[in-house]
Amino acid sequence: MTLTNTFRAQPDDSGHFGQFGGRYVAETLMPLILDLEREYRAAKEDPAFAAELDDLLKHFVGRPSPLYYAERMTEHVRATAAPGKGAKIYLKRDELNHTGAHKINNCVGQILLALRMGKTRIIAETGAGQHGVATATVAARFGLPCVIFMGATDVERQKPNVFRMKLLGAEVRPVTSGAATLKDAMNDALRDWVANVHDTFYIIGTAAGPHPYPELVRDFQSVIGKEAREQILEREGRLPDLLVAAIGGGSNAIGLFHPFLDDPEVAMLGVEAAGHGLDTDAHAASLAGGEPGILHGNKTYLLQDEDGQITEAHSISAGLDYPGIGPEHSWLHSIGRVEYSSATDKEALEAFQTVCQVEGIIPALEPSHAMVAVFKRAAEMDRDQIIIANMCGRGDKDIFTVADALGVEI
Amino acid sequence: MSRLATTFARCKAEGRAALVTFVTGGDPNPAATPAILDALVEGGADVIELGMPFTDPMADGPAIQRANIRSLAAGTRTADLLRIATEFRQRHPDVPLVLMGYANPMVKRGPEWFAHAARNAGVDGVISVDIPPEEDQELGPALRAAGIDFIRLATPTSDEQRLPTIMDGASGFIYYVSVAGITGMQQAAQASIDAAVARLKRYTDLPIAVGFGVRTPEQAGPIGKVADGVVVGSAIIDIVAEHGEHAAGPVRDLVASLAAALR
Ligand SMILES: Cc1ncc(COP(=O)(O)O)c(C=O)c1O
Repeated sequence: MTLTNTFRAQPDDSGHFGQFGGRYVAETLMPLILDLEREYRAAKEDPAFAAELDDLLKHFVGRPSPLYYAERMTEHVRATAAPGKGAKIYLKRDELNHTGAHKINNCVGQILLALRMGKTRIIAETGAGQHGVATATVAARFGLPCVIFMGATDVERQKPNVFRMKLLGAEVRPVTSGAATLKDAMNDALRDWVANVHDTFYIIGTAAGPHPYPELVRDFQSVIGKEAREQILEREGRLPDLLVAAIGGGSNAIGLFHPFLDDPEVAMLGVEAAGHGLDTDAHAASLAGGEPGILHGNKTYLLQDEDGQITEAHSISAGLDYPGIGPEHSWLHSIGRVEYSSATDKEALEAFQTVCQVEGIIPALEPSHAMVAVFKRAAEMDRDQIIIANMCGRGDKDIFTVADALGVEI
Repeated sequence: MSRLATTFARCKAEGRAALVTFVTGGDPNPAATPAILDALVEGGADVIELGMPFTDPMADGPAIQRANIRSLAAGTRTADLLRIATEFRQRHPDVPLVLMGYANPMVKRGPEWFAHAARNAGVDGVISVDIPPEEDQELGPALRAAGIDFIRLATPTSDEQRLPTIMDGASGFIYYVSVAGITGMQQAAQASIDAAVARLKRYTDLPIAVGFGVRTPEQAGPIGKVADGVVVGSAIIDIVAEHGEHAAGPVRDLVASLAAALR
């Protein structure tokens, strides 16, 4: 029993965040999931595990990532904001990590668990390819064979990352079922896993899936928020007023948010992908446009029809193109601790270009969604207020998509 | 006694295993399903598993994935499945009918709604691939209150430590998934099936039906010697895929050959 009120003690013993989360998997996987949970608990208590993880994060990933005062973005907002308005914008620069996104934080943690469990083969799903690249990277680093499942549509729109994975020695398996995007890649990864439980470790790329994945991915990604908390206290002597992050499955967002959840003065905003608009059927905003349901091992908000059939998501950003969201976000949404909004493809493209031009940073399309909200909110907040936004990935992988959307040939 | 219990008892009395057959409802379209179900019964199936199509059949191999896609593409809705079940029950008052599928379409309108609808349609049992015992409360209490068996699955990964959890609250029969993998792929070695059924029998008195990878009379025969039921799915689905709306005849023939192998 917990004696204090805390938002940081989830999930419960059965892996639930309120009514969300859980372990909705085929019976074949249950013993493995229970094993993983035991092993994770043991690893958490093991100073040697923490030491190895810290060492990898520091020397292989390049942590801590800087907390950067985005002076020109701040000025850009202030130039058109009402007098006295225009919050200070800080960026948590996880795009500077090895492999170019936050995904690697989780992958180093999970591969250490895989090794601990004696698994000799790695599988993963990927959307944008960032998680696939990060997984292929750690698999290469530890000499384990690796298969990445990727929707055929995504293989097409994320070619540079597909080639990166291959260079890193991974096998990339294009998945053609469904809309051939992230959801379908996850289905095929689960099918592979169920057939290879004896030797295979599934490195899930976001804070979703059956318990204990949402918890352990969150914990591994929480290095983002822990660092940001220390860094802002050092820089500003106080906590931020608002945290902003993009939401695909929700791992970069929960990683930034979780260490601040019990600081009542810190507001938080998760930004879902509104695709062509929330009033169309082409978006990926599961909280705004979905309902609770069960998919991929957990209960959470899902885009679905009245029969519970899952509907296809759409986003210009492959990393956000998923009809679900991690269960902890569903819970934080239901209790109102975190606010959730959305940004359209078009808005994200505009913010992408603005950040390139005024700050000298090419953001990935995923955090570009967060930047839409940052510009809006900063303009409404006072000048002495502080926003920390998660710059969770760099945009090199997206230049072809962006060129295409802008009608430019490269 | 429930239709499931009666049927397994009768087969046992006849000294044979029950033939359990699976098809995906609405494949190739909802109008074609009743004739296919009738063909299963005419061919000699003892228990009918009616698959509820789902967009994301994570535990199924290519054959059943495609059956799900065909069914949904033909516009099959939950209401169609329930109507197909209701009409089946009118035509076949004594043949046990089990709905099999994934959790989300089952819980979408709430567990009580689903349990009521299934009972009104004359359904005897429900198998939900992605609801393990740990999540039983999702559907189990509502189904049991409606007098419907919530069938538990056991697999090659279900060790002695795991089996008590699976058996606690199990009813109807135990579905032994004989390969760790997806439907329609490889078949298990007979020796491993023999050992698994013997192990399961130490933990339950419920009938054990063995499925996954069972395609031919030659395979079904020896499994029927040790198990209380033999489940065949993908092999029938393949015939539906090939013959579409004209599948009833060939389905009846395959089922008859499987039934003969169990006698
Ligand atoms: C850079 C980047 N940001 C965000 C995401 C979305 O995932 P999550 O919501 O788990 O952070 C992805 C996924 O591929 C990504 O590559």
